[in-house]
Amino acid sequence: MAREHFQNMLRGLEQELVAMGEMVIAAIDRSIQALKNVDKAEAERIIADDALINQRRWDIENQCIQLFATQQPVAGDLREIVSFIDLITNLERMADHAKGIATIVVRHDQKPLLKPLIDIPRMADKAREMIQKSLTAFITQDVEAAAAIIEMDNEVDALYDQIFRELLTYMMEDPKTITRAVYLIWVSHNLERIADRVTNICERIIFMVTGEIQSD
Amino acid sequence: MSEISIETRGLNLFYGDFQALIGIDLQIPARKVTALIGPSGCGKSTLLRVFNRMNDLIDGVRVSGQVIIGGQDIFAPGADLLGLREKVGMVFQRPNPFPLSVYENIVFGLAVHRLARRQEYGGIVEQALRSVLLWDDLKDRLHHSALKLSLEQQQRLCIARVLPLKPQILLMDEPCSALDPIATLHIEELMQKLKKKYTIVIVTHNMQQAARASDRTGFLYLGKLIEINETVNIFTKPAQAMTENYISGRFG
Repeated sequence: MAREHFQNMLRGLEQELVAMGEMVIAAIDRSIQALKNVDKAEAERIIADDALINQRRWDIENQCIQLFATQQPVAGDLREIVSFIDLITNLERMADHAKGIATIVVRHDQKPLLKPLIDIPRMADKAREMIQKSLTAFITQDVEAAAAIIEMDNEVDALYDQIFRELLTYMMEDPKTITRAVYLIWVSHNLERIADRVTNICERIIFMVTGEIQSD
Repeated sequence: MSEISIETRGLNLFYGDFQALIGIDLQIPARKVTALIGPSGCGKSTLLRVFNRMNDLIDGVRVSGQVIIGGQDIFAPGADLLGLREKVGMVFQRPNPFPLSVYENIVFGLAVHRLARRQEYGGIVEQALRSVLLWDDLKDRLHHSALKLSLEQQQRLCIARVLPLKPQILLMDEPCSALDPIATLHIEELMQKLKKKYTIVIVTHNMQQAARASDRTGFLYLGKLIEINETVNIFTKPAQAMTENYISGRFG
């Protein structure tokens, strides 16, 4: 096969991208778990581990630059490598949001949560599902799946609105709850942003496969 | 660097009064593809030809310095020239099969060097053609004229012809310049397979080819080796401004 060597390099990069995605999902899961347990020590570990994800991103980006420089990718290959760089940037930013949640846990300073978490874990589960599906859609170059994942973002936005409204009632009833309520709003805002980043990835998948930019 | 296949020390080469290579010091690692690039007349083909002493045939050539292949200085008095050519195979710009059959082309070197018995030829021909991915295409046409093959097939045959001599090094002087882009990619892919067993040195005008197909790249200019390094380094962050200007198309 022509350019088998190059194709193997591309497949290797896909594997690395999926591995990076798994690191990001793990960071999100750990941050929500740390929040549930108000576990400051774990939150500090999550913040420190973010450097590993950043490193991974630079490693992959460096390989992309090498492919541009040495392999003269064109057409679909070119769009795929451009997309790699876009995806890792989005994944890295998602990890920053997980780190943001961990930072809130640190600030919470072992005080009990305002209320048991119900919708926040739901949002996190939805965001995780979106990330996993988007990476699969990327590997399989599945435009329909990518479009469907973009629609899932509405569910995350709806959960965010619901959480916001609920916490607003706590704050109105008792101003002493404001600090802890705002922390939970910030957490849900981080999750909402993660889901937005997944939609960026899905738009990029559509671009990669079709060459069309679809952005609202 | 791992095992070194070719090393030059202070290599100078003169064509009469003209110095074509100036103080070349380099090491070429075994079982890697090393590409030599540079503008026309920079000395890259001359350097390649030094490695199996092809320049000896040109009148007025003088060489000083050392070229060490397999622990031997190939220009030392009494160096074994036939042994060198056995160890170092060459593939040229245009495919140049002998006007013989496919089969005879491949066994030609064996006969000259008396390296195998006739009974072994069949197996050797098959192995050589398999190495260059020609066996399936040509196994029923072994006794047809090699000149009837497509250019790409002829070039593959010329590579296959070298292999029965069990060379350690394959020199390729613009091996794809007579081929179309797809055939070029096929030959590059073949180089990736062959480098598992052979040291490959390729001279190319096409720096994209050097970028795609080589592990290390050396840039020559006016007879000097300006820079040699891992190909990814040469094409992403060359150390010398002159290299950058050349590979980015600003001169040459």
